[in-house]
Amino acid sequence: MQTEINLRVDGTDRQVTVDTRTTLLDALRERLANTSPKKGCDHGQCGACTVLLNGRRVLSCLVLAVTAGGKDVVTANGLAPDGELHPVQQAFLDNDAFQCGYCTPGQVCSAVGALDEFRRGWPSHHGDTELTRAEVAERMSGNLCRCGAYTNIVTAVQQAARA
Amino acid sequence: MNAVGQDMVRRDGPAKVTGTATYAYEAEVDNAAYCHLILSTIARGQVTDVDVSAALALPGVLTVLTPGNVEKLAPTDDAELAVLQDGEVAYRGQIVGAVVAETSEIARHAAELVHFTYHVDEHDSIFTTDRDDLYRPKAINPGLEPDTSIGNVGEAVRSAHLTVAETYSTPMVHHSPMEPHATTALWQDDSLVLWESTQSVHSVRTDIAGLFSLDAEAVRVICPYVGGGFGAKGSPHGNVVIAVMAARALPGRPIRLALTRQQMFAIVGYRTPTIQETTVAADRDGRFTALAMAAYGQTSRIKEFVEQTAAPTRMMYAAPNRATSHRIAALDVAVPTYMRAPGECPGMFGPEVAVDELADALGIDPIELRVRNEPEVDPETGKPFSSRNLIACLREGAERFGWADRVAGARDGDWLIGTGVAASVFPAFTLRTTANIRFDHNRYTVELGAADLGTGAWTVLTQIAADALGVPVEQVDVRIGDSAYPFASVAGGSSGTATWGSAILTAADTFRDKYGDDPADGDEAENTFIGTGFEGGPYATYAFGAQFAEVRVHADTGEIRVPRLLGVFAAGRIINPRTARSQFVGGMTMGLSMALHEHSVLDPRFGHVINHDLAEYHIASCSDATDVAAHWIEEDDPHVNRLGAKGIGEIGIVGTAAAIVNAAHHATGIRVRHLPLTLDKLLAGLP
Ligand code: FES
Ligand code: FES
Repeated sequence: MQTEINLRVDGTDRQVTVDTRTTLLDALRERLANTSPKKGCDHGQCGACTVLLNGRRVLSCLVLAVTAGGKDVVTANGLAPDGELHPVQQAFLDNDAFQCGYCTPGQVCSAVGALDEFRRGWPSHHGDTELTRAEVAERMSGNLCRCGAYTNIVTAVQQAARA
Repeated sequence: MNAVGQDMVRRDGPAKVTGTATYAYEAEVDNAAYCHLILSTIARGQVTDVDVSAALALPGVLTVLTPGNVEKLAPTDDAELAVLQDGEVAYRGQIVGAVVAETSEIARHAAELVHFTYHVDEHDSIFTTDRDDLYRPKAINPGLEPDTSIGNVGEAVRSAHLTVAETYSTPMVHHSPMEPHATTALWQDDSLVLWESTQSVHSVRTDIAGLFSLDAEAVRVICPYVGGGFGAKGSPHGNVVIAVMAARALPGRPIRLALTRQQMFAIVGYRTPTIQETTVAADRDGRFTALAMAAYGQTSRIKEFVEQTAAPTRMMYAAPNRATSHRIAALDVAVPTYMRAPGECPGMFGPEVAVDELADALGIDPIELRVRNEPEVDPETGKPFSSRNLIACLREGAERFGWADRVAGARDGDWLIGTGVAASVFPAFTLRTTANIRFDHNRYTVELGAADLGTGAWTVLTQIAADALGVPVEQVDVRIGDSAYPFASVAGGSSGTATWGSAILTAADTFRDKYGDDPADGDEAENTFIGTGFEGGPYATYAFGAQFAEVRVHADTGEIRVPRLLGVFAAGRIINPRTARSQFVGGMTMGLSMALHEHSVLDPRFGHVINHDLAEYHIASCSDATDVAAHWIEEDDPHVNRLGAKGIGEIGIVGTAAAIVNAAHHATGIRVRHLPLTLDKLLAGLP
């Protein structure tokens, strides 16, 4: 079944026809040609598809597009309007917090969401009140990186938190 | 002005942090159709009937590919690529069909509606060392002798002061790059364009042109970015052949095909499980009198790949008596392939744990024991080492890690603490590659069909080219990832930077010889670098390293943590410290992942990997690896190649698992010889 939805994607209003089975990730990648979020598993297991939905980080492969109608979606590309990098992106670049880059847009969106959650006082399983390395790592552990850039990712997120 | 050695930021960095770098599935094309693979649900037998009626009746389905109902491919000796040529099924998860549809949702739905009838044969996928059909292969990867022998190991063991003779094992593991294998394929005007996630655009072109009887010029393979490969994208697999069949069935229509994560565990290769019967014999002073490994692995009945597990035993330490062998079981299983540091990665696990066991038994520090067994020359070939700085790595690592402070039985509350060390090694060689240099509007464009899998090739090749031409990096545009550029070797075997860099040096020489320092617009030169090949030259050329791990084991739960990993490497000239560090650290992190988590569980009843997704096939996550540090020593090797570079993509994963297992032993007194090191292997023995 096809249905039409309205989304705000990276600051632009978009109208798109989707299959009711279409995930938000596939709506972005295959119907709106926004391939900034990546598909690593399609099952909520890797974090590569992370975007900000109404400001909160979500796994877009686990969101049906029809449930996102009227909402605001920000991808890693949308965090850098006119090519001006977001402090998290700049920190990733400064610390070489990636290699192949496939997990990276998801890591970036996840870090933006995680820092916001921390500022709001949302607890994590680890439970430090400071953004120690272990605390950052716990909050970023939903985003897998097979290239093994974790050590630099933690440093980058700490740098971004200070920015 | 030297660009080589500078800490240059990745040229592709901004595109990657914003997600605008385009991977294979994301190629900008209009009106794409979507292809979904169908994999066999039996492990051995034949497809006897396929009912496609329900699938074809689904609105939006464009075509269904089934066995025998596709174009005939040219004969190939690579059975993995001969997809859908007949109904034979040789392993569970083999490609038996594909659906092409207007959307990915419809394609996936229709794939479920294709009904297969099978004749099922009995299958056999059990890998053990007591099978009576194990055989000695003609050669092992990459063309080495399967067996070697010097002196008399049995005699040496009988007269040794101490011998460690144990069996170690590493399980089946999967590369699992974050980007699943993907293709966008377009057949138009009798030519084919493939946007393909590959470590070698030229080998994809050669294989596809051959299979479809096309001129190489009619096939273009484009791949600017690869979302990780680790060997799984080193040579093409059946999925790309299907994408091409689909594209040729629908001329003018771009076809997108990506594997699901589950399919990644079936058809794109894996590292064989290995069993390593390892012997280290020593005299009273800890001098090795014999070293031996009998290595066992598996391959697929339809294609042979033999992991060179015992290869490092041939060259790592001195010993007058030595024997290595490889025996293989050909099973009804998917085709194994090279995975990051084939041979060395699994093959340095058993020996490096055995050396630790021997050090323990002799009461000699494990670093000191390794130092005592340093060979003068490559023990088997007698070739001198072009450079060998293992001892320097061990010493510097010990210093940085605080090795001298280690105490057995250390405890911090409920946590038992230990430290461990292991050595790393990986061969350095170069392959054949051509580079082209063109001058225009005061800029130099350097082109070659190389690939950047995250290794930094976009950046480091720019640095090398700038120095070769004697101009600033700002004046150089390196272009890679397209078979339209001159032939380049695979991004594999840690040979990429040294090979492609050498080709750029060669082409730059030719360019300057022809045009001097003041070229005119349009001046262009090309040259080919031949390389050493896998046989190497007059020197034994290897990178070395030392890895140190701290392990904490919870005394009650057995939980295992690795708070600290430190590696020191001697890998020739480092072109870019920033990207090099990421390569070493990334390899070490994957080594940690192998040590603690990775295990593809094959169910012998059905012949498939049951934990075939990222929730069940565990890889290291951020919390596992927050302090992984890599250092290197300055190494000036005039023999290895003109660039003096040895390759760094793989050595980081070599030895890590042994260092962690050795540290766990130091913490708990429990010796684990079978990876992965999971808490169930420690619990019973904890104090
Ligand atoms: S693609 Fe969504 S979590 Fe992996
Ligand atoms: S950078 Fe390659 S998976 Fe993270």
